Amino acid sequence: MAASLHIAGIRKIFGKGASAVEVLKRIDIEVAPGEFLILVGPSGCGKSTLLNIIAGLEQPSEGELRIAGKNVVGVAPAQRDIAMVFQSYALYPTMSVAENIGFALEMRKVPKEARNKRIAEVAAMLQIEHLLERRPAQLSGGQRQRVAMGRALARDPQLFLFDEPLSNLDAKLRVEMRAEIKRLHQISGITSVYVTHDQIEAMTLGSRIAVMKDGILQQIGTPDDIYNRPANNYVASFIGSPTMNLIAGCAISTGPRGIFRIQDGCETVVCPPAGDVQLGLRPEHIHFSADALWRGQVMVIEPTGADTFVVVKTAAGNITTRTAPHVAVAVGDVVGLHFAQEHAHWFDRQTGMRVSAESRSK
Amino acid sequence: MSRSLESLLPKLVVAPAFVLGFAFIYGLMVWNGVLSVTASRMLPNYDEFVGLDQYRKLFEMDRWWVALKNLGIFSVLYVGGALVLGLTLAILLDQKVRAEGFLRTVYLYPMALSFIVTGTAWKWILNPSLGIEKLMHDLGWSSFHFDWLVQSETAIYCVVIAGIWQSAGFAMALFLAGLRGIDDSIIKAAQMDGASLPRIYWRIIIPILRPVVFSTILVLSHLSIKGFDLVMALTAGGPGFSTDVPATFMFVMSFTRGQIGLGAASATMMLATVAAIVVPYLYSELRAKPHDR
Amino acid sequence: MTAKFFTRAALYGVLLLAALFFLAPLYVMVTTSLKDAEQIRTGNLLSLPGSFNLDAWQTAWSTACTGVDCRGLQPYFWNSVSMTVPAVLLSTAWGAINGYVLSMWRFRGSELLFGFLLFGVFMPFQVVLLPMSQVLGYLGLSSSVSGLVLVHCLAGMAGTTLFFRNYYAAIPKELVNAARMDGAGFWRIFWRIVLPMSTPILMVTLIWQFTNIWNDFLFGVAFSGADSKPITVGLNNMANTSSSVKSYNVDMAAAMIAGLPTMLVYVLAGQYFVKGLTAGAVKG
Repeated sequence: MAASLHIAGIRKIFGKGASAVEVLKRIDIEVAPGEFLILVGPSGCGKSTLLNIIAGLEQPSEGELRIAGKNVVGVAPAQRDIAMVFQSYALYPTMSVAENIGFALEMRKVPKEARNKRIAEVAAMLQIEHLLERRPAQLSGGQRQRVAMGRALARDPQLFLFDEPLSNLDAKLRVEMRAEIKRLHQISGITSVYVTHDQIEAMTLGSRIAVMKDGILQQIGTPDDIYNRPANNYVASFIGSPTMNLIAGCAISTGPRGIFRIQDGCETVVCPPAGDVQLGLRPEHIHFSADALWRGQVMVIEPTGADTFVVVKTAAGNITTRTAPHVAVAVGDVVGLHFAQEHAHWFDRQTGMRVSAESRSK
Repeated sequence: MSRSLESLLPKLVVAPAFVLGFAFIYGLMVWNGVLSVTASRMLPNYDEFVGLDQYRKLFEMDRWWVALKNLGIFSVLYVGGALVLGLTLAILLDQKVRAEGFLRTVYLYPMALSFIVTGTAWKWILNPSLGIEKLMHDLGWSSFHFDWLVQSETAIYCVVIAGIWQSAGFAMALFLAGLRGIDDSIIKAAQMDGASLPRIYWRIIIPILRPVVFSTILVLSHLSIKGFDLVMALTAGGPGFSTDVPATFMFVMSFTRGQIGLGAASATMMLATVAAIVVPYLYSELRAKPHDR
Repeated sequence: MTAKFFTRAALYGVLLLAALFFLAPLYVMVTTSLKDAEQIRTGNLLSLPGSFNLDAWQTAWSTACTGVDCRGLQPYFWNSVSMTVPAVLLSTAWGAINGYVLSMWRFRGSELLFGFLLFGVFMPFQVVLLPMSQVLGYLGLSSSVSGLVLVHCLAGMAGTTLFFRNYYAAIPKELVNAARMDGAGFWRIFWRIVLPMSTPILMVTLIWQFTNIWNDFLFGVAFSGADSKPITVGLNNMANTSSSVKSYNVDMAAAMIAGLPTMLVYVLAGQYFVKGLTAGAVKG
């Protein structure tokens, strides 16, 4: 029973008068039924507030909110048929796992037999049948997470909300649970909104990602969109690890095609007429080339097994590159850096907005 | 349940507490104030308002000044004594003593007793002819003299002794909890720095306990101002009125002597004393607390 | 090593002395209550009773005089019971519900109002004595146990609310939010989720209220009539009667009778009290 989610013009203001803080500034998002939308951004960007507004735990100062076409502003959380997984799991400590999972069904007066059947189904789905009689205090972090998911799944709601559910798990468990969540979404097909500050989670889980900052939606799109066509330099540097290199450089404009100087002795042809732009290059798009004009000295080498990150000190700043492990460089080596023009991202230096390329050249 | 009902219900539920609570605390307080500016004697008299006459009369009474003096003596000695004894016991108990649990129970049980029970027991112990004096005589100190209880000069100190006996355990419990809450690594660091144990206590631990000292003084002072039961049981304010405290003064004037207006005035004075200590404390406490979502 | 031995010995010595100081009155009370008049006259505070004689206790319970009445402490004991039990239960329940609202369903001004209510924990009750006796008169409750119950509830409510509010404040709000999402309403959340988590603070509050209300003297002596005096008043009257012969053994037995209930509570349940004070809200 997946529902669509329509968010229009949502604003949230805390406080009054001079000390008022606008936490959400006009958010517009459409979520199609069955979609898995990620809300990602740094602390304080408003993503959790937006989630709480969708849940009904907070009210918007302005704006429209529709679930399955029905207006829900002013409707109590209990009435919205939404299931939520909290960062701290929020399991009821005095109830057993089975009672926790079945609680919402109990509130809806589902008869005991049907309830138990559903609890067993969900427990099987999440492989926690052996934990049903235990109390939350007796479970490990990963087990509690599963129970929290089970509690949400048992309801078969219109909408799933996740509030940073994996933040409290250790790295290995986090990777496991990420796959679990994805698998469960594929099975259940329920529309989901997932809040995280971890951009890897965002990229791997979402069918669409909404990047937020300071209460404003920076960009919304598929992972491919966000990664390869970031709308501004904030999105560009937020998504992708290691961070995209942003090079201030110096624009020299001659004629219809501008020229951008990365550093002395190294210039590149810029497709947008050079105005005030900065160049963005992802680490994996920069290669070592013996005869390249852009030169620098190797400062740090970070081998991670599958890749090696090399930080090169150049006049244009410290550039991080990602190379295959077998490439032989040593700290102190002088190397040349090369990139393909089609991999260059251009951003307006003042606004940070993406400046599109009009033509390409090598 | 719609959202508006959801937000109305909590307010309704807590309303009786605020309404009745405020009526009880502030309403009656004001009413008492009103009584204190009337000429009420045996019965309340709302027809005759006399301004601050009752207060003037109050402060012209020897008995009231005795009561105030006793409050001063009692508070300082009671609070100070319980504090010092409690802190000492807490520090000693913190030394990984065997039977700590048992000792704690022993030091703390007097708090469970009514001040009336305490007063009655100590009245017997301090009895001039059959109490401590007789015990000492029987043990050989025939010249021992202890009739403090019946001498007007010294009776108040008996109240102090009984009070400290009752409350030192409570101070000890507060300090022990504070001591236990101190991070072990601070002590270890000090030991590495070469400090001896007494030094560590004096220079490091006791200063850390300052907030506990503060709150203990607050609680004990509050108890001492209310000190009514103990005096009534131990000395009934006597001999004469030499162990009177404002609380007993108020009671006697209002309920035995038929001087309601005067009693109300004395109650207001007690309130003023307490408020002077408590209100600034409450104000700073509530401002300092962080606000939850 | 001997220096350490001496310091340990000194430590235990001081602690033992302190223990004797605190236990001595109890010892005196018990032994005196078991003596007869002759032994009191001839012996001293520390002397043991000749024989195990419960006469004084019997007298204290059923025939000792408290003013004009000579029915012992028995009627006062039952007055205390019928006053304390309802007052403890009502004030605790009231405090729990208030604490629940003030910690989990806050609204504009609730903190401020609570701050003003807090003063009720500290104020000297002398200041409400006179007006309250008038109020009780209007309500027809003066000199009755019900009147005392009412006063104790009103006086205790600020304190119990404080206890519960502080305890509930440590429970993460997400728990309440999760229950709201699951469809539980105000009362359901209290009954099914918050209350089951309240055992530590319930123990603390019940023990605290029981001790304070049973031991109270001020309200008892100001608001009770001939038939509703609590045991503290009875004890004080008995011990202070200016009759010609003072029976110290009866006085001590009476003091024991008055003090035993709270002492028993302390000995038996004291560990729950301490556990409750140190337990935060349940994690998880």
